Amino acid sequence: MYLVLIATLVLASLSPSEADKEVNVYSHRHYDADRLLFKKFTVKTGIVVNVVKASADQLIKRLEIEGDHSPADLLITVDAGRLYRAQQKELLQPVESAILKSQVPEHLRDPQGHWYGLTIRARVIVYSKERVNPEQLSTYESLAEPQWKGKVLVRSSQNIYNQSLMASTIVAHGSEGARTWAKGLVSNFARTPKGNDRDQVKAIASGVGDVAIVNTYYIGKLLNSDDETEQKAGSKVEIFFPNQLDRGTHINISGAGVTKSAKNLKNAVKLLEFLSSLEAQQAFAEANFEYPVNPQVEKPTLVKSWGEFKADQINLSLLGKHNFEATKIFAQSGWR
Amino acid sequence: MVSRTFTPHLNGWSFSTGLIASVFVAPIVYLGSHLFGESGEVWTFVVVNLLPEYALNSLVLLLAVGFMTILIATPAAWLIAVYNFPGSSFFSWALVLPLAIPSYITAYTYAGIFDYGGPVREGLAALGLDRLGTHLEIINIYGVISCMTFALYPYVYLMARSSFSQQSNTVIEAAQSLGQTPLQAFWRLALPLARPAIVAGASLVGMETLNEYGAVKYYGIDTFTTGIFTAWFSMGDADAAIRLAASAMIFVFVLLSLEKTQRRRRLFSQGPQSHPFRRRRLVGFKGAGAFILCLLPFTLGFALPALQLCTWALRTGHRILGVDFFELMFNSFALAGLAAVLVVIVALLFVYTGRIHESYFVRLLGRIATLGYSVPGAVIAVGVLLSLSQADRILDQTTKEWFGFSTGPFFSATLITLIFAYMVRFLAVGFQAVQAGFEGLGSHVEEAARSLGAGPLRTLVQVDLPLIKVALLSAAMLVFVDVLKELPLTLILRPFNFDTLATRAFELASDEDIAASANAALIIASLGTLPILLINRLMLRSEK
Repeated sequence: MYLVLIATLVLASLSPSEADKEVNVYSHRHYDADRLLFKKFTVKTGIVVNVVKASADQLIKRLEIEGDHSPADLLITVDAGRLYRAQQKELLQPVESAILKSQVPEHLRDPQGHWYGLTIRARVIVYSKERVNPEQLSTYESLAEPQWKGKVLVRSSQNIYNQSLMASTIVAHGSEGARTWAKGLVSNFARTPKGNDRDQVKAIASGVGDVAIVNTYYIGKLLNSDDETEQKAGSKVEIFFPNQLDRGTHINISGAGVTKSAKNLKNAVKLLEFLSSLEAQQAFAEANFEYPVNPQVEKPTLVKSWGEFKADQINLSLLGKHNFEATKIFAQSGWR
Repeated sequence: MVSRTFTPHLNGWSFSTGLIASVFVAPIVYLGSHLFGESGEVWTFVVVNLLPEYALNSLVLLLAVGFMTILIATPAAWLIAVYNFPGSSFFSWALVLPLAIPSYITAYTYAGIFDYGGPVREGLAALGLDRLGTHLEIINIYGVISCMTFALYPYVYLMARSSFSQQSNTVIEAAQSLGQTPLQAFWRLALPLARPAIVAGASLVGMETLNEYGAVKYYGIDTFTTGIFTAWFSMGDADAAIRLAASAMIFVFVLLSLEKTQRRRRLFSQGPQSHPFRRRRLVGFKGAGAFILCLLPFTLGFALPALQLCTWALRTGHRILGVDFFELMFNSFALAGLAAVLVVIVALLFVYTGRIHESYFVRLLGRIATLGYSVPGAVIAVGVLLSLSQADRILDQTTKEWFGFSTGPFFSATLITLIFAYMVRFLAVGFQAVQAGFEGLGSHVEEAARSLGAGPLRTLVQVDLPLIKVALLSAAMLVFVDVLKELPLTLILRPFNFDTLATRAFELASDEDIAASANAALIIASLGTLPILLINRLMLRSEK
């Protein structure tokens, strides 16, 4: 029994102590780069960053149940849809800051300031250098054409990146159009969707399919992997930015919003300002191969080598708005 | 919140058990109450369009994994309990080791082994059989069934083995004196006697299979759990998700109750061991056969995945491992130890009260409380959050009214929440193991002790506990290893800046850096091995 008691006491002492100079973050991002940035922020401002990391949906539920008792000040997610969802449930509050406005372009933040983008993720087509001529490629829509039969690879529709891609397609073509596209794409699948984004690239490398829909930063990660097989897989594909002549390539953001129950409001805004600053944005881009939101930031060499591209400029709230509809379309078209 | 008036024997003992029970039942009841919610658009969509196929997949998985684990684990348990053969003392504990690797990690390792650039493909390519490699596809439902079987069979093995060892030597001797072969003795006597234990183990396997998410998601199989998370994550309707989970709970509850009723009609009971157990020797072909029957599950469930983890860790260790891992190890170990002790105490209280008081109500509470194991951890987390935030509000209100100060959020974001959640979740594990121990004991000893005037507490401590020591230890070990691996509850409910080995492994894996997550997974496996070894020693000593 003493052991139990001691263990309880030791465990209890591990929980953070109360302090004025702190900010409490619920985050879906779990990268080492983030941890280092939080440390830098503490060194700079003396404000301690406390973090709980879990999936955004779970953190949103936790916020909802905790209500005004919630200790969280800032919610960080890896897509705009979740921020929109949190906003709809009235869990976020609008914040005004001239610094934030200058650092985050208008289409990457909520008009009222409920949330701000931190990094951009582009969902692109990658193709086998050996078997595909890039001139064959043009748009997401064209992947549903018969010439790609048995050649298209993509992960499961359970994944948020695919859901937001579908949501953007609904915005562009309406539900009916999106459904037709999904059905065509499914009939071109090289295999039932499985694995993650990296696995789709590996499947191109091993000849299962010729083209895949993935996020660009995974290519960066494969090329910089300590596994030779992953490097090899990454080197066998090339990135193609689709829809350059019409709506632009689908992008999503990871971003953050200040919670309604925030007890450390000022510190939360300060952290947001820091995360969108030149210094932090540089770190995001270098460590994770994501695109910075801050337009003044110089992109790292590899990311630059992929070239400039035209991004879909739709208001990102729409991705959240059409998420349910997107899920329906996946079910109806047999995109598991 | 619950009335205890219809307990036939209302006394201090059953009253306090009822009180404790309701604390653990509260989150489950909270979730269950969602069954009567409004059916919104999401609920209807999921039930009509997705569930028919998803539920069928779940059922197939459930039956296949349940059947396979029994098929693999029961013979192994019998061989280890009754015979001496080459390697038997090694396998007696080594067969439990697969439990130390989280099942989603086992699934990842097999994907890696058969993957493009993995050892199998490369090996075939070296032999000039590249073509064959592309046909070796394991990322499908057969792959999931195999992975889950080899990851989970130890539940059945452990319970069956302790039942077989508890069976008195006389069972076999009696059978032999009646001219039956050892095989017939196993089939006609030992197996029916061990049935409660095997079913207990299999029901844990079944519940784990039902709520598995990581492995099925990666292998591309949609199950009932996928439906729950589609409703919650993709469609943003947590209430619909909880309702789906609650329906699954009802299904499990009915299944378990049916089994119970059916078993009660043919009640087996036996006394404890009458004289020292003498293991029979198996040599020659029989010895080799036994060796292979044990080697296979050990190799596929532990050795191969661990080997793959080692190759990954060797490659990535230099950039992943740091001093912070000592903190992670301490956190994981302390939480698991604490939860294991608490769960066994509460489970013992439940089972024993149900036993001495023939109290239907306590038994019912016990059965409800163990349903926490049948739904995904993320859903249990919501139940725990709901009930504790309610408790927080009541506490806050009370102290404000009576003492004039506010406690604010007292439970939320503390380790109390997390440990409570572990208990709600893993009570089933402790409960099944302890109950199997008591059922193997029969009721004669109990009746004798009570008729000699010993009170319930004295009977429990002096008579029962020493007899079911093995079962208690297995219960503690199972919970320990389970908490060590636990992910969703820890992720959602943990306090700020608190990490465990499991959360670290998950972070790296969800960044699609599975090779790096092997470091944390390997440490989980080694930490999990310690109690398995320790308890095995104690078990062997008590069998002597």
